[in-house]
Amino acid sequence: MKQPTSIRKRLFFQLAAVAAVLSLAFVMVVRGVASQAAEGTQDDILAASATAIADSLTSEDGKVTLELPYSALSMLGTINEDRVFYRVMVQGETLTGYADLPVTRSPRRLDTPAFSTEIYRGDEVRVASVLRRVANTATGSEVVVSVAQTRSGLAAISRRITITATSVGLLFFLLATTLSLLAANSALRPLRRMTGAVTRRGPSDLRPVTAEAPKELVPLVDALNSFMGRLRSSLSRTEDLISEAAHRVRTPLATVRTQAEVTHRKLNKPEHKKAIRDMIRAIDESSRSAGQILDHAMVTFRADSLALDPLDLAALINETCDRLAPTAGLKDIALLRELPDRPVPFNGDGIMLQAALHNILDNAIKYSPEDSDITVRIASGSELRISIADQGRGFGGMDLKDLTTRYSRGANVGDVVGSGLGLTIADEVAHAHGGRLELSHSKEGQGACVSLILPYV
Amino acid sequence: MRYLLIEDNQKLAGAIVERLQLDGHAVDHADRLDAASACMDVADYDLILLDIMLPDGDGRDFLQRQRRAEKRTPVIVITARSAVSDRISLLDLGADDYITKPFDFAELEARCRAVMRRQGGAADNQKTFEGTVLNLTTGALQFGDASTNLRNRELRLLEVFFAAPGQVFSKSHLIDRMFSFSDEASENAIEVYVARLRKRLEGSGARIETVRGLGYRMIPA
Amino acid sequence: MRVTDFALRLIAAVTLWSGAAHSFEVEDRQVYTAVAETSVLRVISTADKAVFEPIIAAFQQANPGISVDYTITGTTDLMQAIYEEGAVFDLAISSAMDLQTKLANDGFAQSYSPTNAASLPDWAIWRDQLFAFTQEPAVMVVSNTFFKQGEAPQTRDALIALLRENPDRFRGRIGTYDVRRSGFGYLMATQDSRTSETFWRLMEVMGRLDAQLYCCSGDMIAEVASGKLALAYNVLGSYAASEQAKTEGFHIVELTDFVNVMLRTVLIPANAENVKDARVMVDFLTSLRARPDLADKTGLPPLDASALQNNPALRPIRFGPGLLVFLDQLKENKFLRSWENSILQETP
Repeated sequence: MKQPTSIRKRLFFQLAAVAAVLSLAFVMVVRGVASQAAEGTQDDILAASATAIADSLTSEDGKVTLELPYSALSMLGTINEDRVFYRVMVQGETLTGYADLPVTRSPRRLDTPAFSTEIYRGDEVRVASVLRRVANTATGSEVVVSVAQTRSGLAAISRRITITATSVGLLFFLLATTLSLLAANSALRPLRRMTGAVTRRGPSDLRPVTAEAPKELVPLVDALNSFMGRLRSSLSRTEDLISEAAHRVRTPLATVRTQAEVTHRKLNKPEHKKAIRDMIRAIDESSRSAGQILDHAMVTFRADSLALDPLDLAALINETCDRLAPTAGLKDIALLRELPDRPVPFNGDGIMLQAALHNILDNAIKYSPEDSDITVRIASGSELRISIADQGRGFGGMDLKDLTTRYSRGANVGDVVGSGLGLTIADEVAHAHGGRLELSHSKEGQGACVSLILPYV
Repeated sequence: MRYLLIEDNQKLAGAIVERLQLDGHAVDHADRLDAASACMDVADYDLILLDIMLPDGDGRDFLQRQRRAEKRTPVIVITARSAVSDRISLLDLGADDYITKPFDFAELEARCRAVMRRQGGAADNQKTFEGTVLNLTTGALQFGDASTNLRNRELRLLEVFFAAPGQVFSKSHLIDRMFSFSDEASENAIEVYVARLRKRLEGSGARIETVRGLGYRMIPA
Repeated sequence: MRVTDFALRLIAAVTLWSGAAHSFEVEDRQVYTAVAETSVLRVISTADKAVFEPIIAAFQQANPGISVDYTITGTTDLMQAIYEEGAVFDLAISSAMDLQTKLANDGFAQSYSPTNAASLPDWAIWRDQLFAFTQEPAVMVVSNTFFKQGEAPQTRDALIALLRENPDRFRGRIGTYDVRRSGFGYLMATQDSRTSETFWRLMEVMGRLDAQLYCCSGDMIAEVASGKLALAYNVLGSYAASEQAKTEGFHIVELTDFVNVMLRTVLIPANAENVKDARVMVDFLTSLRARPDLADKTGLPPLDASALQNNPALRPIRFGPGLLVFLDQLKENKFLRSWENSILQETP
């Protein structure tokens, strides 16, 4: 599988490659210029030396003669310890100096020294020659003065410069590489910041990304936002579709159920009545499940962007109890409320909390025997505890820990209809508020007690 | 009781009307909002059953108009939406209660009673037999100086007898009236409740008689 | 053909060898056999046996396996032996800096970095081939009969003035090197001439006073000590110092205007065969400062950079191509002509 390419790596390597090329170019140029300068310096000194010697040429008794100036050679020893040779030729005959010093390039003009590089006595030498005419001589007047010097000093200078330039180049390269790394990181920081901003979101947070983005990323952000917009509208369409579907199904269901009730009333044979009753119960069960599934979806959706509104929990509980009292009354079940008279303030999502309470109470009513009590209590200490205790079958000796686990968030929803999902909803609401759902046996000794425990924020 | 049912689905409306009439209620049906307004102009209703999605408008707008017009007739919304947020917004708009389709008529009846009790319009919803007065809304039973409050099922059972004194009701019919479909009811249960009612009625001008092989009927004591 | 060719080459080789053997003059030769000889170090030197023996003895004490074959010759002969005749020696020691410089410059020396190179002054090494191991000033020796201690002139100008003012007293009583015969004399004279114009005035004055010319410092010192000479100019200081211990009647004057300091040097010839031992000897010689006992015995003052700093008049002769200048034949001819013109004057 192909590894995903990394912008950071690519950026870094490209910058580093540029730095490497620049470093190399720097080393080459410095070396070139420096050795040229050094060579030039040597040439200048050699030419100066040859010129000084030429200046001391005289004629004596019609012959060219020379008094070698001390400085002409000593100046060559001032900058290095290279070997020095010289040769003075009159009309091609060596007057003095090293007669075997090769002079391959003779100067053609009087004022222009000629330079050449030769091998002499096993070493490379640089030779500078100047041409002079000495007047009043019988033998002729063309004198060539050549001064030569080995180039080990030059080589040493060149070596030193190379080392320095290479070190500087290397240092530059390392520095540039480090900076490249920093630059690559810093260039990608906005991207990482945005990635973070998007990653931290909840699964259903589809608001546009507002994190500040550099110009280059604006199209990406726009595309992302437009995509999320489409997703959002698609999701809301889906939600609409689901509730629309529910609506569409519920109306015919209601018709069927009503007609079934009418039919049921008109029928006399118990077996016929039973068949209709079973049908009606099936309708009720599926309607209840559909309601819970929608509630669950709503709770999951809201949990991602939990609203923290100031609420009065006592009022909320009263409202829910009022709402469910007629249902409970059908079985002669009394909803007893042990609530304080004063408001119980709490910051939370009212709709979610109501869904939780509704589902817990609905469960309790469903599993309570007729002529029994359901008690709703609220206790506040370090945290709020809303407990709903019934006198029903309880949890049938099941391990409560197991139950909690089983009904905790992410439990399999598909095959748990009815009470299971109701508790799951309550559990998720509790967790969304940083709290938990506690299942226990009622204080009264029988029946179940479900407690919704909410911490104060 | 007299209901106004506002529901555009003819089949459902027909079924609801028939079902309510089985329990002895009078029901007018309007399939549009304008028809509903027309009905309300000519008659007084104890309760309005309101569907939300109607061909000529949203039921919620009708609700708001009612409340702004200070018309206090209780409204129970019949909704196909079960989401809590939808239900809450209905109550905020002024509905007295709501019930989600499909619904149990026993529950509907209980909710109606609860709504009317809250409205305080319960006083005239009562029946008298031999000096014994049964308030159908509150479940208050009065004879002489004695007054007692019936529990839900007792009320529903006694209501049947008060509707047609002297008429014999089979156990099967009484079960249908007394229990909702989610309850597992037996004929024994009827005997238990009849026994309770007899106790409640002790000292009154009415008593419940067992008609062997047929059922029960209420006759003067 | 082949036989003739071979014969010719043989003859050529033999003549070359015999010619080489005889063309440079060997003054003396001594083999100092090691206690446990493993190798022989062949040294060609201009220093007398007497001067160098203590050094060889100390060297052999430290390196008991090395025998030293010590050949003594003059500076010019040493140059000739190595430069022209290809004589094989492992070490060449000479007081003639100019000739040693030419040997190194012209490729007759090989490079070596002494183990104590870091502690040696810069001016003591040239091209890693020429190593100075003594610093020997050129001094003036004066006779006690002519000058009391401290009364002798301290500068060349003072000397010139003194000689000019007292021509009768000093006529024929001044000595200096015959630069035509002495390499050391020539080196000192040429360096003098480079350093100051007073040299030529001094030569003029000395010429007018019928200066006596000598080949060697020893002779001059002897004549000054005996009172035959009032003073001798440009005498090898180390020699004078060691003579002073033995001979009465003279004292040494280091002039204060400037003193040329000659550096005795050693080099390893390019064709040396026992390079390993030669290097050991170079290390030994350049570390002489650590052996004051040897300085006493030989009279050779070891390298001492601090002495130069304390006395700014001391001017060590710098190595470098400048030293080649006075070896140029035309230049030498001119110099000698000028010198002769100055110092060889007809006595009026």
